[in-house]
Amino acid sequence: MHFSAYDTQGFYDEMFEENGKPRPHAGLLLETVESLSDGHLLRYKHAAERLLLQMGITFNVYGDTAGTERIFPFDLIPRIIPADEWDVIERGLKQRVHALNCFIDDIYHDQRILASGVIPRDVILSAVSYRKQCQGLNPPRRVWCHVTGTDLVRGGDGRYYVLEDNLRVPSGVSYVLENREVLKRIFPAVFEGLSVRPVAEYPSRLLETLESIAPHPMSSPRVVLLTPGIYNSAYFEHSFLAQQMGVQLVEGRDLVVEGGEVFMRTTKGMERVDVIYRRIDDDFLDPQAFRADSLLGVPGLMSAYQQGRVALANAPGNGVADDKVVYAYVPDMIRYYEGEDPILPNVPTYLCWRDADRAYVLEHLAELVVKAANESGGYGMLVGPHSTAAQCEEFARKIQANPRNFIAQPTLALSRVPTIVEDHFEGRHVDLRPYVLCGKDIYVAPGGLTRVAMKKGSLVVNSSQGGGSKDTWVLSHAAGGLGPGGGPQPTGGQQQ
Amino acid sequence: MTGAYRPRPLLSRVADAVYWMGRYIERAENVARFIDVNQNLMLDLPRGFGEQWQPIIDTTGDRAAFLAQYGEATLANVVQFLAFDTRNPNSIYSCVTAARENARSVRETISSEMWEQINSLYLLIAMESRKQLAEGLPQFCREVRMACHLFQGIHHATMSHNEAWHFIRLGTSLERADKTTRILDVKYFILLPSVSDVGTPYDDIQWGAVLKSVSGFEMYRKCYGRIVPERVVEFLLLDGEFPRAVRYCIGLADNSLHSITGTRLGAFSCATEQRLGLLRSELDYAQVDPILRSGLHEFFDGLQLKMNTIDECIRGDFFAQKVALAVGNSGGND
Repeated sequence: MHFSAYDTQGFYDEMFEENGKPRPHAGLLLETVESLSDGHLLRYKHAAERLLLQMGITFNVYGDTAGTERIFPFDLIPRIIPADEWDVIERGLKQRVHALNCFIDDIYHDQRILASGVIPRDVILSAVSYRKQCQGLNPPRRVWCHVTGTDLVRGGDGRYYVLEDNLRVPSGVSYVLENREVLKRIFPAVFEGLSVRPVAEYPSRLLETLESIAPHPMSSPRVVLLTPGIYNSAYFEHSFLAQQMGVQLVEGRDLVVEGGEVFMRTTKGMERVDVIYRRIDDDFLDPQAFRADSLLGVPGLMSAYQQGRVALANAPGNGVADDKVVYAYVPDMIRYYEGEDPILPNVPTYLCWRDADRAYVLEHLAELVVKAANESGGYGMLVGPHSTAAQCEEFARKIQANPRNFIAQPTLALSRVPTIVEDHFEGRHVDLRPYVLCGKDIYVAPGGLTRVAMKKGSLVVNSSQGGGSKDTWVLSHAAGGLGPGGGPQPTGGQQQ
Repeated sequence: MTGAYRPRPLLSRVADAVYWMGRYIERAENVARFIDVNQNLMLDLPRGFGEQWQPIIDTTGDRAAFLAQYGEATLANVVQFLAFDTRNPNSIYSCVTAARENARSVRETISSEMWEQINSLYLLIAMESRKQLAEGLPQFCREVRMACHLFQGIHHATMSHNEAWHFIRLGTSLERADKTTRILDVKYFILLPSVSDVGTPYDDIQWGAVLKSVSGFEMYRKCYGRIVPERVVEFLLLDGEFPRAVRYCIGLADNSLHSITGTRLGAFSCATEQRLGLLRSELDYAQVDPILRSGLHEFFDGLQLKMNTIDECIRGDFFAQKVALAVGNSGGND
């Protein structure tokens, strides 16, 4: 398979420059792909898919009575990020997560940022994800966002923008690790030639982060991962991370609160638990504190947490900063808490509760992307240019009925990466979700999940909406000669 | 991070899941072997002997369900029922699906290799279940059997022989003892020689089939030589070395149970240990002739009952504990 017929169609392409010349960091990979004999890449693709099926990295197709399981679509062509670009992303994410953490702590304590008028008080107190149960809480080390999966996009101007912060229970990191395992088997030589930064360290870093927030100083705190169970779509990831960290994977029914402490039921009686990496939403965590009808959670857990007997990651209540209206104020938070300008900009955002913004949004629905403030996973969203007049009208009514609940952003021309489509390559839009850990210090895993909209022209990358993923290669500075002009050059004869 | 070793407590839910995972894999393997051996046997028997598919249904203990859904015990019906019918909780498909659901819920406890093996067995069966049954049957049974053997080997070689491992072996051994008991019980009555058949080649072939159905033919020959019904019963019930003999399986289960609890062999600290220890001693010191005299079927009924009680005790002692047990470990780490 060759790239000779590949067309960037005017979009920012991660692999090719505007004139169709490969970007310097992409040369070696493109050369290797082109050197493969016909059918080779497709065989690799099928082998990789079989491997994923064999490993049981699948999700259930709802409504299919035969119980068909599918693998998440995975594309073999990776996305490559040069070292200097990654430096900016890493510094930007550290700055942002630090500020968000200060903000959440402030909101649940003195609310200085509200008092000083940087963010309107109403915006915060009306956020669905604001938890008054968390007011005055002091989580260990005052950390609220232990694991963050920030969504970044690159626009037509070549700049990275923050699209969402995903502070609550971000998922997808297992695909980062598994995708890498698959690609190492397929392109070993390219890895040697490019010096791609490894991602395998993540589970150890995560365990360190979790151990660092134990409620009392102790030599080896008992860490567990709390999952909703095998029918959850992210169950594979839960068991994978538990296995990689060597911690117990528990369900709500395995835990019990007795005398203010949290225990798990074992074959030899009850064992105390110190740190819970919970992959259950706030709402379902504890029927006594949140939704009373939840069967997934642990009665009494919040009260044990409030008394400092057990640590929870991520901290309940941190979703207040995930609200899409609050998101719009993150650049202001960074200036307020860090005294710096944001390194990574936000996507320009119109807040529908502001009269002028709303008027503009209603006027320009067909050009904008509209999102509900508290939804995720690609739900509750209108992509104006890809919608019918009727769909736009429906959103217009929703916005007028509840302006606080909606924001709008310009439709971004997301960058693209060549992707295998049947027997050739076509550009597909991607985003990037790096993972940030916050405990004693802040760590950004070098890489992340590149999600790709597999449907032609689509801008929706969410796996629930037919999105797939790609491996993400962050190059290290040690690679030296791979800056502009350096590195192996692609063979010229194939670019006509 | 400190590297200090701490025995890892086993969640009751996880113990429950791995115990049943072991049982279901063993059950699937046995069903596959029954089908295979029976089909093989049919081919050796003269036409007049009639089809011997009904006994196989009786072996798995699902007679009523089968009659209600299929009626006649033909090859096609029996294979469909025993191999692929999802309504039959003991079909190979159902067993492997259940083993896989259990394995999925404890993926972080078992080794990745074990999970992948169960998963590929499941994918194999899911694929075969969509095909038309035909000449492929012996090959299919063989593949299932080998996949289960492979699982046993992987389980032995890739997972620490820790508490969870012993729960898998406990489930596997009890299931194996149960299946050997059932096949002996059913076959003994079907095959009790009528006077005219004694000493004919068919008598030999049928008892040979019983042995083959638990992979015991070759090992029996080495011990006893000639095929004699009483000796076959003795071998499959009381042999101390053959891994599918009931006595051997019960001994293995008892060893695992004591590894789990830490109580020394020959003593007991819970109901399971007491019941299993009793059964083990009974088989260790039993002789086949008195059993045959007082009635083999009655003996098997008693055995089944004891094994069911042991299963209930395991549930009570390890899987479904009351919160009241909480006191012991609280606050120990402060």
